Amino acid sequence: MGMTMVEKILAGATHRPFVKAGDVVEPEVGMAMSHENAALVINQFREVFKDTGKEAKVWDPSRIAIIFDHRVPAESSKTATNQKRIREFVAAQGITKFHDIRGDEGGICHQILPESGYVLPGKVVVGTDSHTTSHGALGAFAFGIGATEMASVWALGVVLNVEVPLTIKVVAKGRFPKYVMPKDFILHLIGKISAEGANFKVLEFHGPAFKNMPTSGRLTVCNMSVEAGATSGIVPPDEETLRYLREEAKVKGKIEVFGPDPDASYDKVIEIDVSKLEPQVACPHTVDNVKPVRKVVGIKINQVVIGSCTNGRLDDLAVAAKIVKGKKVARGTRMLVFPASYKIYKQALNAGYLADFIKAGAVVMNPGCGPCLGVHQGALGDGEVALATTNRNFKGRMGNPNAEVYLASPAVAAASALKGVITDPRKGGR
Amino acid sequence: MAKVVLKLGDDISTDIIYPGRFMATVLPSETPQFAFADHAEFNARLRRKEILGGSVIVAGKNFGCGSSREQAASTLKGYELVIVARNFARIFLQNSINLGLRTVVCPDIETSEGDELEFAGDKVVNTTTGKAFATLPLPKARQAIIDAGGLIAYTRLRIMKKS
Repeated sequence: MGMTMVEKILAGATHRPFVKAGDVVEPEVGMAMSHENAALVINQFREVFKDTGKEAKVWDPSRIAIIFDHRVPAESSKTATNQKRIREFVAAQGITKFHDIRGDEGGICHQILPESGYVLPGKVVVGTDSHTTSHGALGAFAFGIGATEMASVWALGVVLNVEVPLTIKVVAKGRFPKYVMPKDFILHLIGKISAEGANFKVLEFHGPAFKNMPTSGRLTVCNMSVEAGATSGIVPPDEETLRYLREEAKVKGKIEVFGPDPDASYDKVIEIDVSKLEPQVACPHTVDNVKPVRKVVGIKINQVVIGSCTNGRLDDLAVAAKIVKGKKVARGTRMLVFPASYKIYKQALNAGYLADFIKAGAVVMNPGCGPCLGVHQGALGDGEVALATTNRNFKGRMGNPNAEVYLASPAVAAASALKGVITDPRKGGR
Repeated sequence: MAKVVLKLGDDISTDIIYPGRFMATVLPSETPQFAFADHAEFNARLRRKEILGGSVIVAGKNFGCGSSREQAASTLKGYELVIVARNFARIFLQNSINLGLRTVVCPDIETSEGDELEFAGDKVVNTTTGKAFATLPLPKARQAIIDAGGLIAYTRLRIMKKS
């Protein structure tokens, strides 16, 4: 019997010839990522070493990445103090993959890791963020963990007691129609299998629709795999992965490329023909409450958010900019744009997209998580409705339990911003 | 005997348990004040210490879905609550085990607020209605961590063993 992609990665990370779903393993970690919640990791890390008589040193400072993105610049003195403590820890431990609040290297962790070449295929990536699943887009086994578990990783360099997950194979056939995007694919899949449909399992993506999908789209799909409960999403690496890593992430060293065995054993197989997909919208207050956009057109929206770790990449901004170029955001609707990193910000600036947004009446914000987690930069008022390209629409998510959040692609979001109501980009766009 | 103090539905997210706007508060000693912060009445009962340790929250499927924020587990651990759900989201379950928050997977649980429950081996007995419901074991990989008293203690053992 062969191995799935993740089984193969875990076999490699534990120096075993073979592992299978259900085995308990302790894989070596290729990259361990945290953001502002490193403040809690540091606290737990010190607890781990308490009374051991040993110095609290991380196992390998070159395999730890810390990126400030959740609250940038700090929205409160409390956050600023947490960030200050993290900077001190980073300096003391010699952690070099640290991305502070800076225009030359800042951004959202799930964009900084790929674009900086910190994620390689076949490796184990853990992050104190549920959307760490994103990095499966480059063929890594990437999953979210809590702060105490990260403290354990920082100390030991392995993840303790990991049960090898079952894998669901998802085969996407056909070509995406115009204005139908990878976001629509993953929303459709989540709606189909539910918010717990892949709990404790891996979603492994295959098929011509993935072969033809740029890394930006694969990041969107893997990012939201967790919204179906998945431990991770993963796309077996191919020519596009190598292109991205060499050309965009400037990786110089050896890149190991392997796929799953042809006789791997899957929990089940799901087939989706993307050529039949329509733009999708996840309605309040769960991500699996998914409908085709035509069923919700006309709903008034007060705020449109384009960006986030899900949809803040250059391809996303390009689609949105082309829709709003030369037009105006509807009065009564605020449109906020958050490029996923400063690298993307500069690319969008050079391509003229940021000017298109501003001239249309949108507000271009600094790269970061923005209002997605409800802390700052665009909270909603009582009774207000947002349409966002982000990944969660839970009650209270955008800072107000008395507001509603719809999730959609950048095409739906941009078309809707122009009309002030949820709009099908195939009709409202250009 | 443990009293059901709150009954919830499916897909209770970490944003409900511990809203994102309080995430700058990280220490387990400080997070309990924001438990179910948008559920004002329940939050007030907790903070007034009207709810005894060992009391139970009963939920449907996918409890703790969403963020990896460990505050969602530490805020409930602060009151020594027990969470009984039809099933749990992965990261929340792991965080709970790592921090010692008691979680019970009980796929068919039927209760109302105010009912008394008894945890008896591999079942939960609702002593108010007289019905018993089977529980599922936690992931086997995690039992060793519970036995060690949480992940900090478990990791500490490993550090000592390393030298």
